[in-house]
Amino acid sequence: MTRKQKRLSVIFGALAFLGAATSLTFYALGQKASYFYLPNELQAANLQPGQRIRLGGLIEKGTIVRGQGTDVAFGVTNAGSSVKVFYTGILPDLFREEQGVITEGSFEPDGTFKADSVLAKHDENYMPRELADSLKDKGVWQETTQ
Amino acid sequence: MVETGHFALVLALTLALVQSVVPLYGARVGDTRLMQIGGTAAVTGFALTLLSFAALTVAYAQSDFSVANVWENSHSAKPMLFKITGVWGNHEGSMLLWVLILNFFGALVAAFGANLPPTLRANVLAVQGWIGTAFLLFILATSNPFLRLSPAPFEGQDLNPILQDIGLAIHPPLLYLGYVGFSISFSFAVAALIEGRIDAAWARWVRPWTLAAWIFLTGGIAMGSYWAYYELGWGGFWFWDPVENASFMPWLAGTALLHSAIVMEKRSALKIWTLLLAIMTFSLSLLGTFLVRSGVLTSVHAFATDPSRGIFILCILIVFIGGSLALFAFRASSLTQGGIFQPISREGALVLNNLFLTTATATVLIGTLYPLLVEAISGDKISVGAPFFNLTFGAVMLPLLLVVPFGPLLAWKRGDAFAAAQRLMTAAGAALFAMICTMIIVDGETVLAAVGIGLAVWLIIGALTDLALKAGLGSVDANVLWRRLRGLPRSVFGTTLAHLGLGVTTLGLVGALSFQTEAILVMKPKQVVEVAGNTIRFEGLRPFRGPNFTEDQGIFTLLNEAAAPAAEIVSAKRFYPVRQMPTTEAGIKTLWFSQLYISLGDETGDGAAVVRIWYKPMVTLIWLGAVVMMAGGTASLMDRRLRVGAPARRKPGKTAAAT
Repeated sequence: MTRKQKRLSVIFGALAFLGAATSLTFYALGQKASYFYLPNELQAANLQPGQRIRLGGLIEKGTIVRGQGTDVAFGVTNAGSSVKVFYTGILPDLFREEQGVITEGSFEPDGTFKADSVLAKHDENYMPRELADSLKDKGVWQETTQ
Repeated sequence: MVETGHFALVLALTLALVQSVVPLYGARVGDTRLMQIGGTAAVTGFALTLLSFAALTVAYAQSDFSVANVWENSHSAKPMLFKITGVWGNHEGSMLLWVLILNFFGALVAAFGANLPPTLRANVLAVQGWIGTAFLLFILATSNPFLRLSPAPFEGQDLNPILQDIGLAIHPPLLYLGYVGFSISFSFAVAALIEGRIDAAWARWVRPWTLAAWIFLTGGIAMGSYWAYYELGWGGFWFWDPVENASFMPWLAGTALLHSAIVMEKRSALKIWTLLLAIMTFSLSLLGTFLVRSGVLTSVHAFATDPSRGIFILCILIVFIGGSLALFAFRASSLTQGGIFQPISREGALVLNNLFLTTATATVLIGTLYPLLVEAISGDKISVGAPFFNLTFGAVMLPLLLVVPFGPLLAWKRGDAFAAAQRLMTAAGAALFAMICTMIIVDGETVLAAVGIGLAVWLIIGALTDLALKAGLGSVDANVLWRRLRGLPRSVFGTTLAHLGLGVTTLGLVGALSFQTEAILVMKPKQVVEVAGNTIRFEGLRPFRGPNFTEDQGIFTLLNEAAAPAAEIVSAKRFYPVRQMPTTEAGIKTLWFSQLYISLGDETGDGAAVVRIWYKPMVTLIWLGAVVMMAGGTASLMDRRLRVGAPARRKPGKTAAAT
């Protein structure tokens, strides 16, 4: 190979690598990014069972039911809609009734929501931003007084 | 005292302005006295910022609640250590620490840069001055920690309990030393572009600064990861949280920069690329500061949010990144290109390293910014988490790990891949052996984990192979071997240790991710459970009172083979009354390199509690590997070639290859 051919092959190799990395990135963004929904948006969203989403809202009062071991079920609510969420594991420290929560998981074929992670507020001033924004829009949010 | 601090900060700003302009002008017109003002301004500016920082620290130590910042983030009952670390446990204080470290590095350049060409030194200090001016203005205009409250409240609001930990004393200062440290490489790059001249000596001056910053950043990230691991109570050590990514991107780019600077120093090649990397690395640090401090993202790192701050930092970001890239675009073509090389050579290997590392940085960048972009355009809220990063970042990094051992074995200019492969037969054999052992002993199902273990062993033995060959193992007797080993340049040990550390971290990651055992159960007092061969007895719950918190402690006993107590593990749920906030204090017992990790959940009545127990094999290797990498960086930093004061400018083309 001449020097020119060599240089070209190196450049093409690098470009092929970058191309592969780019397409993989876009594929992954399409497949692995999960959208955020509030309970009252689910009807319109028309989700398939198994599709990963984040579901946020307030923990409905009087709906936390503890089952066997670490099984737990609770309602997530906003603007009059409510979804029952099933979860197995230890709940975050700040998991309380009528507090904001974000769960991540997917709907089962029978229509129940099975979460594999539950996030609550980090501290009194902190709420996952997408949740705080949505609740503010809907007028449910109350600023914590300092 | 507080007003003195405030005043000192304003003075520091005026000095930073002087530092931004005067030495630059001096370098233009060739006036030595004007150029020297840069050094004086840098050192004095650092002293003033230090005074200002000390004033705030004193206010915290004395619990002076007439200062709004102290009132918001401190409490008189807090232990002294957390009063002091609380200085940077909030937005204003942490920005002050940022500028303090920036000025610290500027002062170091002024103090140790006596052998730099005077114009380069003056220009570097001027660029440092620009950064300092921007951030001092930011602090004084939007985030002043010295504002007073009248009347002074009687008691403070306490610090976020998650931050009341020794981790706060170590993690932020190390992290800032790291990513603010990259400002020096940035300033050198911009100064070189201003002068329109760059040579191998430039790389030799920049490398120690980049190395030092890289060492600190490695330590800062590892410490942050371990802190999150034990404090959050989930036993996770990396969450691909945007804020973590913000510190990880400069690390990846900085690692690439370290490697490309070697090529530039030894072979005078890749000059323009190295400059661009230096600019990109610090730009990513700035981007990180923006993401964390602007309130665009919410996390435990983003303290109170205020839109004016976000816009201010965004402006700084645009000016510095846009400005430096524009300068680069104008000037880069005027710089001379250096030596040529074959694709299979040490240079080629380092280019490959750069290709992979920058691509990896790009995947992390896209994953971090994509949700912000989507929300800005369509309003949809999405989250990009571990599944995305595992797929993309993992796919880019795996091949890189495979080729790491080849790099140091290839010769400069024209290497022999076949000979290198032959020398790596031992490492390949060891890796294969480790893979087969894992499959047979542990579990035949976990093929992926076995491959991971093999990869880690390949990296570790591969790194040692390079050292052994350079010392002449197998060709000389032990006596000579030892002498030759001691005679090797420190940078050879640096390379070996850094690559070895990478292998050790990989081993820890594979161990903790693939072989961990988890048990979640409700335990009654005196109940015994076995997790991965460890017998643990729950003794019961016990209340405990700390200085500013109360605790429900769960007491666990690790039993040995004779069913006798071997160790006590305390795991607690803690409650901080001032902030009305609970935290989980995990109970951790280290067994060699592995750990038992016990997290206490809710009480379920009659003294029983939900308990989550993990056995995480080899998990500590994740962080020990980082420590080994830091040791490698330090060894390389102590290389005679790079020792501060040693490098003298050589004529281009006569750069000797020392290794």
